[in-house]
Amino acid sequence: MKNVDFQTKVIEMKGITKKFGDFVANDSIDLTVHKGEIHALLGENGAGKTTLMNVLYGLYLPTEGNISINGERIEIKNPNIAIEKGIGMVHQHFMLIDKFTVVENIILGMETTIKKGSFDTKCIDIESATREVEELSKKYGLHVDSNAKIHDISVGMQQRVEILKALYRGADILILDEPTAVLTPQEVEELIQIMGSLTEQGKTIIIITHKLKEIKQAADYCTIIRRGKRIDTVKVNDVTEEDLAEMMVGRQVSFAVDKKEMNRGEVVLDIDNIVVKDNRKLNAVKGLSLQLHKGEILGIAGVDGNGQSEFLEGLTGLRPIESGKIILNGENIANTTPRNIMEKGMCNIPEDRQKRGLILDFSIAENMILENYDKEPFSKSGRLNHENIEEHAKKLIEKFDVRPRNEKQAAGSLSGGNQQKVIISREITNDPDVLIAAQPTRGLDVGAIEFVHKYLVEQRDNEKAVLLVSFELDEILNLSDRIAVIYNGKIVDILDRKDADEKKLGYLMAGGGVDDEKKQA
Amino acid sequence: MERLSLNDLGLIIGISLMYAAPLMYTALGGVMSENSGVVNIGLEGMMTIGAFVGTTVAYFSGSPWLGFLMGGLAGGVLALLHAIACVSFAADQVVSGIAINFLGPGLALFLSRVFFDGATMTAPIPLQNKIPRPMNNLFTKGSFLDLVLNQYATVYLAFLLVFIVWFLLYKTKIGLRIRAVGEHPKAADTLGINVFRVKYLAVILSGVFAGLGGASMSIAVVSNFRATLISGQGFIALAAMIFGKWTPQGSMWACLLFGAAQGIVVYLGGTDIKVSSQILEMIPYVLTLIILMSFVGKATGPAANGVPYEKNEA
Repeated sequence: MKNVDFQTKVIEMKGITKKFGDFVANDSIDLTVHKGEIHALLGENGAGKTTLMNVLYGLYLPTEGNISINGERIEIKNPNIAIEKGIGMVHQHFMLIDKFTVVENIILGMETTIKKGSFDTKCIDIESATREVEELSKKYGLHVDSNAKIHDISVGMQQRVEILKALYRGADILILDEPTAVLTPQEVEELIQIMGSLTEQGKTIIIITHKLKEIKQAADYCTIIRRGKRIDTVKVNDVTEEDLAEMMVGRQVSFAVDKKEMNRGEVVLDIDNIVVKDNRKLNAVKGLSLQLHKGEILGIAGVDGNGQSEFLEGLTGLRPIESGKIILNGENIANTTPRNIMEKGMCNIPEDRQKRGLILDFSIAENMILENYDKEPFSKSGRLNHENIEEHAKKLIEKFDVRPRNEKQAAGSLSGGNQQKVIISREITNDPDVLIAAQPTRGLDVGAIEFVHKYLVEQRDNEKAVLLVSFELDEILNLSDRIAVIYNGKIVDILDRKDADEKKLGYLMAGGGVDDEKKQA
Repeated sequence: MERLSLNDLGLIIGISLMYAAPLMYTALGGVMSENSGVVNIGLEGMMTIGAFVGTTVAYFSGSPWLGFLMGGLAGGVLALLHAIACVSFAADQVVSGIAINFLGPGLALFLSRVFFDGATMTAPIPLQNKIPRPMNNLFTKGSFLDLVLNQYATVYLAFLLVFIVWFLLYKTKIGLRIRAVGEHPKAADTLGINVFRVKYLAVILSGVFAGLGGASMSIAVVSNFRATLISGQGFIALAAMIFGKWTPQGSMWACLLFGAAQGIVVYLGGTDIKVSSQILEMIPYVLTLIILMSFVGKATGPAANGVPYEKNEA
């Protein structure tokens, strides 16, 4: 707060309304941000916070309302105008080119060229560009490896490259869209420090997020947006996390998940030392072992890109297992077909629900029988029985509260939460012994998250096993009975829930445990 | 069979270089287009139209260089069609390429009948109106150096163009932007780069190079255009580009390999080894198949190659 200059309003958005057809994404929103402030925009997915920032960055034109930057009223028709006015945006999905070096990514579009007198050779002056980038990186304490290629550096460093990219363009106002979604807890700490030092140097930061803890840690002010409307702007120090949550959702939310005492049974899935290769034919899973018991939720915590995707694809039969065994109910299912694995009792809520979980052009009813279309009563001697299929869908729609209640609607037209409900209803109807849930709540709003969690816990309480893979540490901590940490293709440790906390997990997720072993050896 | 003499070797190298040059121009065209993210299987059609226009203009104007340039221009015009379809209308790039491959030869044959009294081949250009050989008479006729170095000027230009394209792609501002657009067009877009303009530029240049490749065939290697002149060389160049990992220098080496296959074919055809010429002529194509089968799966091109870029208008 010490850096905030309350005299200078760097951003004033007044009465911003943005309509997409009939849908009102932003409804007369006001937002004022002062120089040197860290201002959080809080809201559920789809509340309209990213839309508002896209308006500010010139990606969308507002339907109504006006914007002033540093007291000057301007129309931001495209990102170039925003950049010119000193606004920089770090997108949630990094806009970096993997094969390019850090410097190349930063200078792209604003390349330093070699000049001979007044003649511009249009040739890139990579040395002076590197120098400029390194000076900038030193000035703001954003350490990057200038000549490394993006695919060789960590996600945390990639984010620093994104921030440098904005600063290189002279940004005084930084918009960070969900910046912590891909970071380890330690990297989040670092980012919060960086934000602090940036504001000390007179920069202003707007951070879009739905994580309350980070707002409490980092932000000075918070504007809450719900269903396109501004609910309030509060001083962060004056409110609690619970207050913020209530304003965000519009009702009281319980963070705790109700769970019965665990009734842990025998081992149902025994993964023994499996190796799986990635698309580049390199080992991504490097001898992973894990045992899953009936009646437990086992959470796998880890930073994205440590072999989770390859592990899941190997487990579900989508990717060959190079070596090792996967024993499900006493039978080795490694390298058998996905169908066989499913029929042996392991079902899967896939990571990418739109690509792997659903056929978006198919109706809800058709999606609900994707795994059983060839069985009675859905088909007989190769012919589908549409009456039964629709009857089945109607029942599930009712039971799982899928909206809209129209089994003929295409799955692609549903919201993320309802798509996930279709998948969960389908998988749970198979009554699997093992349910794999990969990122089951990614991109869902609080209501839908509660729903998903409820069904995962219900599986467990019915003495089935659930394998939960998630990058959201809170989700892992809330749901799991045991927590395995995956790092570099291996399970580095398995902790009982009562022994685990965020700090310990974060340390393991960043490879801490492995380095210790090396030191001891 | 006699032992391979130094002069035999010179002959093989000389012929290899001569046949590699048209492939090099065309492969460089592929490098340009695909580095910007537009798959160009229309190279064959662009090469064909370049070959026809090149030799026709050279025949009527008496200037091989004017013909050469016009050949390039003709390729560029076909490429413009490809760019309109693929960049502006986000059409399937393979389908558009196939259409270009029908259009190029079709147009060439049609125009050939119009200009040359219904003949499906153009009249040969006189020897003195062909592309010159800058090192003619520099060495003793028939000596090793003469066989290797006494090439048409287009051969030397092809090597120069390899260097120019390499420099353009890796050392200049526009090159960085072309590669950025081929890798991650959205990232380029957010940085204020006009993705469509960059793609248009790269695709049109690609057609110009392919057209030059065709013309270097019809005004230098031979002296007229006929329907079977190009027959697959555009695809061989495409294979060379993939084998060369989408880089100009890699494509050059691959083209030299394919050129060598041709050189050996011509050399063996002139010896008394009894192999049917049909079998011999298959060699470059079989080599292409083998190389494509063994490398295509492994080679990875620009990340966004073949994916049309559409601005998100929510």
